[in-house]
Amino acid sequence: MKLTVWTYEGPPHVGAMRVATGMRGLHYVLHAPQGDTYADLLFTMIERRGQRPPVSYTTFQARDLGADTAQLFRTTVQDAYDRFRPEAIIVGASCTAELIQDDPGGLAGALGLPVPVIALDLPSYQRRENFGADETFLQLVRHLARPIARTPHVSCNLLGPTALGFRHRDDVAEVTALLGEMGIAVNVTAPMGARPADLARIGAAHFNVLLYPETAESAARHCERAFGQPWTRTVPIGVGATRGFLDEVGTLAGTDRRPGEGRLRQPWWAASVDSTYLTGKRVFVFGDATHAVAAARIAAAEIGFEVVGLGGYNREQARALRAAAKGYGLEALITDDYLEVEAAIAALQPELILGTQMERHIGKRLGIPCAVISAPVHVQDFPARFSPQMGYEGANVIFDTWVHPLVMGLEEHLLHMFREDFEFHDAAGASHHGGHAPRHLPAAVRPEPAAGPGAEAAPAAAAEGGSMPPEAAPAGAAVWLSEAESELRKIPFFVRGKARRNTEAFAATRGITAIGIDTLYEAKAHYAR
Amino acid sequence: MTGAAARGCRDLPVLRERGQREVFCGLTGIIWLHRKMQDAFFLVVGSRTCAHLLQSAAGVMIFAEPRFGTAILEEKDLAGLADAQAELDREVARLLTRRPDIRHLFLVGSCPSEVIKLDLAKAAERLSAAHAPHVRVLNYSGSGIETTFTQGEDACLAAMVPVLPATSARELLLVGALPDVVEDQALALLAALGIGPVRVLPARRSADLPAVGPNTLCVLTQPFLGDTRAALMRRGAPMLAAPFPFGEEGTTLWLRAVAAAFGVPEARFTAVTDAPRARARTAVAAHRATLEGRRLFLFPDSQLEIPLARFLARECGMRPVEVGTPYLHRDILGPDLDLLPPGPVLSEGQDVDRQLERVRAARPDLTVCGLGLANPLEAEGLATKWAIELVFTPVHFYEQAGDLAGLFSRPLRRRALLRPTIGLEAAE
Repeated sequence: MKLTVWTYEGPPHVGAMRVATGMRGLHYVLHAPQGDTYADLLFTMIERRGQRPPVSYTTFQARDLGADTAQLFRTTVQDAYDRFRPEAIIVGASCTAELIQDDPGGLAGALGLPVPVIALDLPSYQRRENFGADETFLQLVRHLARPIARTPHVSCNLLGPTALGFRHRDDVAEVTALLGEMGIAVNVTAPMGARPADLARIGAAHFNVLLYPETAESAARHCERAFGQPWTRTVPIGVGATRGFLDEVGTLAGTDRRPGEGRLRQPWWAASVDSTYLTGKRVFVFGDATHAVAAARIAAAEIGFEVVGLGGYNREQARALRAAAKGYGLEALITDDYLEVEAAIAALQPELILGTQMERHIGKRLGIPCAVISAPVHVQDFPARFSPQMGYEGANVIFDTWVHPLVMGLEEHLLHMFREDFEFHDAAGASHHGGHAPRHLPAAVRPEPAAGPGAEAAPAAAAEGGSMPPEAAPAGAAVWLSEAESELRKIPFFVRGKARRNTEAFAATRGITAIGIDTLYEAKAHYAR
Repeated sequence: MTGAAARGCRDLPVLRERGQREVFCGLTGIIWLHRKMQDAFFLVVGSRTCAHLLQSAAGVMIFAEPRFGTAILEEKDLAGLADAQAELDREVARLLTRRPDIRHLFLVGSCPSEVIKLDLAKAAERLSAAHAPHVRVLNYSGSGIETTFTQGEDACLAAMVPVLPATSARELLLVGALPDVVEDQALALLAALGIGPVRVLPARRSADLPAVGPNTLCVLTQPFLGDTRAALMRRGAPMLAAPFPFGEEGTTLWLRAVAAAFGVPEARFTAVTDAPRARARTAVAAHRATLEGRRLFLFPDSQLEIPLARFLARECGMRPVEVGTPYLHRDILGPDLDLLPPGPVLSEGQDVDRQLERVRAARPDLTVCGLGLANPLEAEGLATKWAIELVFTPVHFYEQAGDLAGLFSRPLRRRALLRPTIGLEAAE
């Protein structure tokens, strides 16, 4: 038993869902109780998908446990087939169903459906989301891919992109374009966008490009054994890695053609004198192993930061991370305990965190800027614009993303020169971030309240106005009675300023001199739209 | 408010379904309960799925170290149960050492802990003895095999009832977790009516836990508290029946039921409620133009569906087509059902694929549903409102009536604004 507050990875069946949801024509029947459907919202909300994930849940209840959960599972599989007519079905159990041992694979196989039914064995109490995705994809490839003649022209598969992946959509587009410039066709991209029928012809490619070892290394190794397909070891994140990747691909494809670097701006952006201020900034790197190792390399070799900490949460890839950390004279932090990561960052006090959404929260609390480099994902990690991490455009995107949270060059100097300026205290963010205006000014640097000490309720109000302080109260303006004042404080800070201004404007038009709770709500009703 | 002509939907037959349910389990209630009870900690004994659910349902991780966590069962815990109890003792001891501010610890059962029959009642008893008097340990189940979404709060409050001290004092007890600002408004209204003493379950701090007895008049503020209600009745406490305090009408009828029990004169009732009633009507009127005549379809989610349909039909002029609820408690919802105009299908439970067929056939103007369904339905051209916002937003009593109407009008107004550019090319 282990106490957990936040987790970096979901359970393994969520990994299977990422594979199933990324594909088309595949359906996943999950033996699971009510409540496990929460996972649907990861895809419909975070990724803004316009379709439900192709998953049917058996939704067994306590009263079913004494009866026949196996029959419920059979019915659900049959119903799912009849309703959705998938080309293949994967079946499995979530953590609770694993305990009741109904054998989903055996039950579904016995139905005699006219499509492949693939059983997943994902141990919920030992493994996690990335393992679940990797294992699911492996089983799909093992069951569906058949020996087949190679394509006449050189081609490769792109392996690893899934639903809910960190920038997978754009990485695939970028890498496909780079390969195209080298005259290499993409045979199948999988799981993302592939149908079961596409997996059947995976063996036609001359080699495999492994984009994400976390989700597809097992499948790549299987294809190497089964179809003699070599696979790429370099993940093209960063300028150096992209060049290395293209050389590796060139060797596998037997071509000297390389994509033009005309659109690659990152090296000059890093070399230009404006970037001098980036030199030696201390960065802490944490994420999945692939992204963390790549980020550390870019930080050290391509931007000129100093890597002071490097770690990751997925033990499956810990070896790569340990080796990379050694190169920076560090010991890798391999943990999925969020509090441990927070403690490490607090102790190191880096100037920039390159981490996940979890580290972004740590950064917010510790007042350290953070750029996100890896899953677990957040709705912000699905930008509307093209925003890859891989390839030349990925390098450009990364430069912008990492530099943006930092205080800019000359502004940094001003901060040092005028440390006592109340707008320049440590908690103030960079000036180009309006949203990071100071919220908790220490008392010593807090601006004087606008109203004089004579007004009894007003001074407290002015000080807590935060980023939306009330305008200076002219003589004769309404006074807030203390009960109304405390009522106002119950309103969330981000609308409090608006509520205050509306109420005061309302009071002014009515000639009200003392604002009470009633005035507050009269005003609220008045402005209700 | 009743009478033959106004039987509303009380006797309407109900469409009962079972199948895939697109709802949260009872663990989700922890998200608001741990904020409401400021010295309580909720320890889920469950799996990584439970932890992931809480994290995903919370949406954002806004708390440094929230007052909830998951003791994740591992392979070795499943092998032998005695071992799991010892592990639990160790984790609880560590937790309480780190959080000396905690006075109330809830051990929350989950699907896996229920299936392996991990005895959390026994554990709570043992841990209570070990950590008394500073910490009281209680247990309840928020598992998906037993509870749906808001039933988690019901299970939690019901677990507290047996340990409430006894009293014979005549007091009013408000039952249900409300946002603090709303609770303060309710208390202020009741105080103005001269009703008191008033206590609240759950209290914000364990020191303020209410007492209960045969003279404790109880009134629910949330419709999903069936087990809590039964537990209070077992303690001999009488229960007031009223529509739930949503909208001007619901709030007035709710207050009137309480005022009648405490013999508040009509003149005083009018004096206290006239101004906020007028405000609530004004605020709702601003949204009525958008909502009037629009057809409404509610998927089952929080058990708030029937009182909300009543509010939307009677105060906003909407026309409910189907009102789904995970569980229909007729005794509790009778007064609201009486007021709900006939017309809608009432459905209980869920078979989500069938219900989706019905919503597609009905093409309502507004569909209230969970987060897993909202974007897919929007992509099919249906306007939706996330049901979860109804549980996470202050919506009760007079001053929130306009906000409540606004939650439903906003998607329609937004749609009208964006219509020219919506391409419906949602991501796949």
